[in-house]
Amino acid sequence: MKKLLKEFFKGIGSENPTFRLVLGLCPTLAVSTSVINGIGMGIAATFVLLGSNIIISLVRKFIPDQIRIPCFIVIIATFVTIVELTMKAYAPELSKALGIFVPLIVVNCMVLGRAEAFARKEGVLKSILDALGMGIGFTLALLLISSIREILGNGTLFGLLVIKGFEPVLYLVLAPGALLVIGLLIGGINFLARKRRVV
Amino acid sequence: MSKLTVSPSPHIKSGQTTKKIMWAVIISLVPAGIAGVYIYGISSLNVIILSILSCTFTEALFLKFRNRDPKTILDGSAILTGLLLAYNLPPQMPFWIPIVGGVVSIILGKQIFGGLGQNIFNPALVGRAFLQISWPVYMTTWKNPRWWPDAVSSATPLAKEVSSHFSYTDLFLGNHAGSLGEVCVIALLIGALFLLFTKIISLHIPLSFIGTVGVITWIFGKEGFFKGDFIFNMLAGGIILGAFFMATDYVTSPLTKKGKIIFGIGCGALTAIIRLRGGYPEGVCYSILFMNAAVPIIDRFTKTRKYGFARKSPSAITF
Amino acid sequence: MDLAMFLSIIIGAIFINNFILSKFLGLCSFIGISKETKPALYMGVSVTFVTTCASIITWAIYNFILVPFHIEYLRTIAFILVIASFVQLVEMVIKKFSQALYRTLGIYLPLITVNCAVFGVAVLNSEMFFKPEINALTSFALSALQGFCVGLGYILVMLFMSGIRERLELCDIPPSFKDAPIAFIIASLMSMAFMGFSGFRF
Repeated sequence: MKKLLKEFFKGIGSENPTFRLVLGLCPTLAVSTSVINGIGMGIAATFVLLGSNIIISLVRKFIPDQIRIPCFIVIIATFVTIVELTMKAYAPELSKALGIFVPLIVVNCMVLGRAEAFARKEGVLKSILDALGMGIGFTLALLLISSIREILGNGTLFGLLVIKGFEPVLYLVLAPGALLVIGLLIGGINFLARKRRVV
Repeated sequence: MSKLTVSPSPHIKSGQTTKKIMWAVIISLVPAGIAGVYIYGISSLNVIILSILSCTFTEALFLKFRNRDPKTILDGSAILTGLLLAYNLPPQMPFWIPIVGGVVSIILGKQIFGGLGQNIFNPALVGRAFLQISWPVYMTTWKNPRWWPDAVSSATPLAKEVSSHFSYTDLFLGNHAGSLGEVCVIALLIGALFLLFTKIISLHIPLSFIGTVGVITWIFGKEGFFKGDFIFNMLAGGIILGAFFMATDYVTSPLTKKGKIIFGIGCGALTAIIRLRGGYPEGVCYSILFMNAAVPIIDRFTKTRKYGFARKSPSAITF
Repeated sequence: MDLAMFLSIIIGAIFINNFILSKFLGLCSFIGISKETKPALYMGVSVTFVTTCASIITWAIYNFILVPFHIEYLRTIAFILVIASFVQLVEMVIKKFSQALYRTLGIYLPLITVNCAVFGVAVLNSEMFFKPEINALTSFALSALQGFCVGLGYILVMLFMSGIRERLELCDIPPSFKDAPIAFIIASLMSMAFMGFSGFRF
């Protein structure tokens, strides 16, 4: 049981895909302009991750080793297509806001990375926990980055005004701001980690 | 451990110390500052003071935080950054803008790279571009010279919708709306002459920069093919300040003469293109930043071969 | 289809909508392989080759397979499969015909399969140009041009970044900010400089 929990929590903490493994950054940076978009992308990616992890771990014994990558890609692309079409039908606004970054989940290194590093070796239950942990870790990272960018860059949170009289730093909601926020966050996390090691 | 700092920039020769150079540049900028304050009124002095104070304080705090010798504050580099930042700002704005600009200039422009002599981009321009992108309204609210009837103006001579023509004399003297330190061309040229005579800067970058802007705006100017008003374009906006005082920064410009000329031409071409076709009225700041990013590559292709050494750098490009 | 449209695609793909700096595509390879100039340049050239070819191939797949059979919704799967097999094919061809080229470029090709820039360019082309109102030949020319220019923009930024990072080796950067964080901050400042081009009109 403890082992299973470890699989779940590693994605949120020690092996966080965004801050520790620095994987799957394109969507993280591109859609984190507002919290809604961030959460939408997080959920979409988690769904794809969960689906592909389950299927891959189910069929892991039947896939020949040489062509495993194309097989993984087809499985992932199937789930991405499901998400893409569902989102277009039921959340057209979100689908428009996320734009090409929904189909781009296919090439999100995080999804393929989990398939390659985890799901093709482990059982279904573990793979589910791994996918959930990684997905939640990814969503939390998106939530953090997009809240910083939305509050400071737009003065709002979930589209509601938070600080009166604050002049938002437009830089942060534009492309350079995304790169700046992620750079400072990773640097800050490194700094805290180093400090803890010294003490 | 880091008592010896290895800097990639030109290693300073005897006689000239960093401190002397910095203070010489600061002195050379004084006439332009006096002219700016005279033109836009005493209140614009606040912008200069706030910006310098903000840069100096941020630098001191950062040095203390990193356990470095805080005495290097006196080398004048933070003051110079503050001064240049203020010269690039409109003469009137909320008090917190120059303060934020100073903090951004020093931290993102300079200290995060390790401090003096190690930055990639010109710190003052990093601050100015950050402010321009973050608060475009404040950064484009200009003030007319104090002897003009209407105090608040919205357009510099470079603004694309302006139709009235400014005389060259007005441009030379700075009799128009614009950034604090860039308006008075004659005061800037006096400072530039001082730097040229004391051999602190060379003419390679300024000449190729301003020359390229002239040629391109002459050929493709809005007045027609080969009919562009190149004198106007060589005098208006931040080009004199940028070409003589910011593009020539030792740390963020190439080492060799050939490199300097390439750098100047690049800055000039980008400035002219942005002015003629871009969304912003002025492109000096962005062009210099863009070319700053290209400096290491320019250096690599123009660096003088060391005699008696084989080319053995593991990543040397051989064509 | 006129000169202004071509110019705006060229300037747009290289500067304004630079894939790395404003769309964040190909960011992993940008951070990972930009430590030295030579690999960065080789990677850039490989990516340019692949984006150009992928633009052409996905155009063909879309117009000759997906549209006639009315299965446009399979775009994502079809594109990624074609791109992955194309990269694999290129790798095999290079290996067979030029050992020297394989030794220099070989290690970069597998990395390109999962490079979002390649897939991104295909999706972007299909959303911008693959429409009934744009005739097939025009959309072919525009897609190929956009694929090539996206690659050029990638090379440009890779070269700048690798030059800067080689110089940073000697700098006294705060230890927590070494490598990835400082690379992101430089990318942010470069992205800011590239914003000077926004709002271009022809």
